[in-house]
Amino acid sequence: MVKMSYDNMAVCYGAEPGGGAPTKVKVTFVDSHGQARTVEGEVGSTLMETARRNDIPEIAAECGGACACATCHVYVDEKWTEKAGKASQMEEDMLDFAFDVKPNSRLCCQITVRPELDGLTVTTPAQQG
Amino acid sequence: MPQTSAAIDTDVVIVGAGPAGLFAVFELGLLDIKAHVIDILPRAGGQCSELYPEKPIYDIPGLPVVTGQELTDNLMKQIEPFGPTFHFNEMVQTLESLGTAETPAFRITTDAGTVFNAKVVLVAAGGGSFQPKKPPIPNIESYEGKSVFYAVRRMEDFRDRDVVIVGGGDSALDWTLNLQPVAKSLTLVHRRDAFRAAPHSVSAMQELVKAGKVSFRLGQITEVHGAGGDMSHATLKGNDGAEEKIACDRLMPFFGLTMKLGPVAEWGLNLNENLIPVDTEKFETSHPGIFAVGDINVYPGKLKLILSGFHEGALAAQKAHRYIYPEKKLLFQYTTSSTNLQKKLGVS
Repeated sequence: MVKMSYDNMAVCYGAEPGGGAPTKVKVTFVDSHGQARTVEGEVGSTLMETARRNDIPEIAAECGGACACATCHVYVDEKWTEKAGKASQMEEDMLDFAFDVKPNSRLCCQITVRPELDGLTVTTPAQQG
Repeated sequence: MPQTSAAIDTDVVIVGAGPAGLFAVFELGLLDIKAHVIDILPRAGGQCSELYPEKPIYDIPGLPVVTGQELTDNLMKQIEPFGPTFHFNEMVQTLESLGTAETPAFRITTDAGTVFNAKVVLVAAGGGSFQPKKPPIPNIESYEGKSVFYAVRRMEDFRDRDVVIVGGGDSALDWTLNLQPVAKSLTLVHRRDAFRAAPHSVSAMQELVKAGKVSFRLGQITEVHGAGGDMSHATLKGNDGAEEKIACDRLMPFFGLTMKLGPVAEWGLNLNENLIPVDTEKFETSHPGIFAVGDINVYPGKLKLILSGFHEGALAAQKAHRYIYPEKKLLFQYTTSSTNLQKKLGVS
């Protein structure tokens, strides 16, 4: 595995000037059995990296964040779909390789943790690969 | 399993043609050690060419930015003087140890029936072998090889069958076009009306749909029905949630590839969470003569970086030399100054 370039990261990294903006937010991963794990995500990192740092199960992330494997598939809680944003064209294409894709499906390597996502909840599918 | 006529004798068998395996060819070659390289993929590069051929890599020493494909191409050029033999589309199935701790010897057999006799084995298998992703359909395993296929080996297996293909990539589209003429019926199932495939394949498929020769359905296959491995029907769940049973005795799911450790787990090596523990002097495994380099190995402080794999291959080669040329003293030399090494590289 190599360190990858994160396409969206450059514009989001530390893009909270003026102070006061939180550098960490709480995000919750609910696994396919319904167990919830709330962890701290660093603003500017991706949701996939947050999951990996916190040993969240059911996130394989085989390609290391290159949007090239569809093994970090999550379902974004309905209340958060708007704030989390829509999948890009490349991400939509890659979601073709995920299972049981729903309208709220995202690849979490393509979601950048931002202050307005404090409280974000996503559910992981039982099978990634 | 097909049988080949004779076993191939070689110094080293390298399992995996990713960057770590490729650079090991170089380091072994400088020490006059010949290698055969086996990979399940159809080309060299491993994850670099399979997962991110176009993505820039920024942490290869001396190369400020290089794509996965460029790195692979450069490595292939760098090892050319050593003339490695590649065996693509093959997976090492069994590894038998025939020698002793002082004089190791191995017999390696691939799933294509190729047999190697090697003095040393170097496992550079990365995250394991790339294998087709299997969709989470209950009992799908019991139909695999009889009604469910992840690749087409013989077109005849699909003649006069009710074929259902799932997916929206090039594999799904290519096989829709190729199997439609021989199949009794062909249904293409995909989650959306958009495809990440060659535009001419997409338009050819759409023409077939218009002509009534291919049925295109939005949704997914959630269940398969049949007995004894012979499928008769599949449950199609539409994007609207409606379920329908459709005739299907050949199902081909195309969800890309995933990495599985595969047969490595059965070679009798110590494993630690699917990784192979090695020492950090020789990068040798628990079994003398079997080395592991790159992402597949683990040791205190291990970093899964390509540059680590390069370093590990160089050190493993030193110990491999002692197994292969026990009578020869190894003289450490630099490529900048050694005419001997330069001769091997074809530059002197």
